[in-house]
Amino acid sequence: MLRIFGTPLRTVGAFFVLAASLLSLDETAAAQDKKVLRVVMHSGLRITDPIITTAYIARNHGYMIYDTLFATDENFDIKPQMVKDYSVSDDKLTYTFTLRDGLKFHDGAPATSADCIASIQRWGKRDGMGQKLMDFTKELTAVDDKTFKLVLKEPYGLVLASLGKPSSNVPFIMPKRMADTPADKNVSEEIGSGPFRFVAAEFQPGLKVVYEKNPDYVPRTEPPSWMAGGKIVKLDRVEWINITDYQTAVNALINGEIDYIEQPPHDFIPVMKKSKDVQLVDYNKLGFSGMLRMNWLYPPFDNVKARQAVMLAVNQQDYLDAQIGNPDYQMLCPAMFVCGTPNETDAGAPKQNLEKARELLKESGYDGKPIVMMQPTDLAIVAPLAPVTAQALRAIGFNVDMQSMDWQTLVGRRAKMDPPAQGGWNIFHTTWVNADMMNPLANVGVNARGKTGGWFGWPEDAQIEKLRDAYARELDPAKQKNIAAEVQKRAYELVTYYPTGQYTSPIAARANVKGILSGPAPVFWNIEKQ
Amino acid sequence: MGRFLAGRVLATIPVMGVVATIVFLLLRLAPGDPAAILAGDAASPEHIAEIRARLGLDQPILVQFAEWIGRLLHGDLGTSIISNQPVTTLIGQRLEPTLALATTTILFAVIVAVPLGVLSAWRHGTWIDRGVMTLSVLGFSIPVFVLGYLWIFAVAMQLQWLPVQGYVSFRQGFWPFLERLILPTLTLSVIYIALIARITRASVLEVLGEDYIRTAHAKGVGERAVLTHHALRNAAVPIVSVIGIGIALLISGVVITESVFNLPGLGRLTVDAVLARDYPVIQGVILLFSAAYILINLAVDVSYTIFDPRIRY
Repeated sequence: MLRIFGTPLRTVGAFFVLAASLLSLDETAAAQDKKVLRVVMHSGLRITDPIITTAYIARNHGYMIYDTLFATDENFDIKPQMVKDYSVSDDKLTYTFTLRDGLKFHDGAPATSADCIASIQRWGKRDGMGQKLMDFTKELTAVDDKTFKLVLKEPYGLVLASLGKPSSNVPFIMPKRMADTPADKNVSEEIGSGPFRFVAAEFQPGLKVVYEKNPDYVPRTEPPSWMAGGKIVKLDRVEWINITDYQTAVNALINGEIDYIEQPPHDFIPVMKKSKDVQLVDYNKLGFSGMLRMNWLYPPFDNVKARQAVMLAVNQQDYLDAQIGNPDYQMLCPAMFVCGTPNETDAGAPKQNLEKARELLKESGYDGKPIVMMQPTDLAIVAPLAPVTAQALRAIGFNVDMQSMDWQTLVGRRAKMDPPAQGGWNIFHTTWVNADMMNPLANVGVNARGKTGGWFGWPEDAQIEKLRDAYARELDPAKQKNIAAEVQKRAYELVTYYPTGQYTSPIAARANVKGILSGPAPVFWNIEKQ
Repeated sequence: MGRFLAGRVLATIPVMGVVATIVFLLLRLAPGDPAAILAGDAASPEHIAEIRARLGLDQPILVQFAEWIGRLLHGDLGTSIISNQPVTTLIGQRLEPTLALATTTILFAVIVAVPLGVLSAWRHGTWIDRGVMTLSVLGFSIPVFVLGYLWIFAVAMQLQWLPVQGYVSFRQGFWPFLERLILPTLTLSVIYIALIARITRASVLEVLGEDYIRTAHAKGVGERAVLTHHALRNAAVPIVSVIGIGIALLISGVVITESVFNLPGLGRLTVDAVLARDYPVIQGVILLFSAAYILINLAVDVSYTIFDPRIRY
């Protein structure tokens, strides 16, 4: 028998065959791995219905598995998405929509007019812009399986902007049987017509969500732009893994165990910049904003002078330095409807003036009773805001009782209309995705409907509501912009809220992850691993 | 023994009933509103009220309690308010990582701590004893998250021997399963090694002063046999008690270790449920923990009869 260094040739051959097989297995595994993207989102997915909740993680899930009739592109133009073409009658009262060919839900059923109508109606019960659209809608009827009509009671300027709104709640299209679920009850299936399919067998609420490529999806031919254009999926599988500890998530990213972190805290950016295997992608140029909100129902903030005193006591720079602390990712912005959008304006914007603030506080008749400020300690991006406000208010003579709590306690408590001393509150802070703040209807901060339909804090002002209504009816974008400026001026005058500044939060990804698109929400089409 | 076991098992029913009642009432007294959490940040107060009504959270507490107990008696732990999944499914998803980590931690701790404790007692007053006790104090004192990050930095990030985080079921391969448990086990077992080693040392030291140990020495029995057959066996009762408590604590979740190593265990499920005010899930896991405590204590009591034949039930 032939031998090599004393070893039978057959054994040597077997070794090489085994080594080659292992190598090819390794190559196959590597090739498969390039088709799988492991992602850490900002939160675990627990509530999967993007209509019942405004939570951004549910919205992001919605973009994976559902599609929309229209979508907003990077120029803030509304583009058809599931819709092939549409027409508007000369009297601006009838919109006729025709769906694209080949649209199918993940269960194989075609997407029809009936599905679209039921989905719009369910969304219209929940979403602020949806409710407004439904108020103006006379009827929504199917012409045939692929064509339906929306008939208005009177001309309405935000029909397409509503159907193509990019952030919560997005009017996602579901099968009619799902959309017939009451709007305050979670849907019981995860069937959409979007570019990814939900893998129900691997779903672990709060831990892991798996999506696989929808092979039946027919993308548009236009290049992708924000939420619009062709949604071409280049991955076989996307796994959302919830890692609650960001230190661990960043370590796992640097080590190559995960590919993508949606919103790493700004504190970790210097560490990640040092790694050649990690890139930072500033995908959401519009970014986020902070909000200081006062309760109009009880003293001292039932008095406009006390609210104005607060506004003149604070400034955005202090908030952003405490919250972000990195000039590359923070921006002073007086525009309530966000800097960088068509409605950007500085109308009515305040300038810090401590003397004037003290004067106004005195004139308000503030009696020195402690004001209850809720501080959520478990949300790193919101937690620094309350101490900044507390310090500024103490400086002008407010007696501040800052109460620390977890975010969910705050969320429960802010809904209470009780007096602050009986479980209510005076001030809280929160943050928003700016895509939700771009116009007077979407921005809940300028909703002035008080206790009947207003947002927490319950500001009430007939003039603002009249202006918001005029904005909704206006068809000319230039005139809409002027109305938005008037809304902002009045909102600052009455201090419906104070914007604490604008910031961005980059995606951190492995260097071999290419094709991350910009937009107001993270999307996973167009992405590939090289 | 049979009557004892039957009695103890039956006694769990009123204990569980008391636990269920207290947990239910405490949760309803705690601030927070699952309906507000479910609705999201931009939801209006009207929407929150609608969800609250649909979930039955606007009903009087006694009505809610009666409904929950009724379902519980039929073996139904309910459905998560937040994720809409059955509580049993959620617990089932988290049980394996918790049991795996508890098993590896307690096994490793016992294997290391008992010999260390015996050695320390045997060499009482020497540098070995002082060394073991110093390490034991250190083990108690070092926070789990500090140790966890140090292991990750050294072994996963610098040496790249093991992964940073995650859990893989043993059904997907033994090595992938084991390699993700090594660092959490090393981290978590330190405190149990410290505890068990100290208890073992104290127990063995006490026994080593007994007459029958002197008699065994006088009869010429070897040192190893004296330590293992005479001293350790007679010192076993308190050691087994501590190990039992350790197992119960590990099963009820080790949140920090689970977070640092991203292990999807019961501890994280409990904390997530508490933060989201997901009442059915909190109630379900606490009932499970109570049952685990009772059964582990029962097992420990039964094991006493093996180590000390004088104990009879």
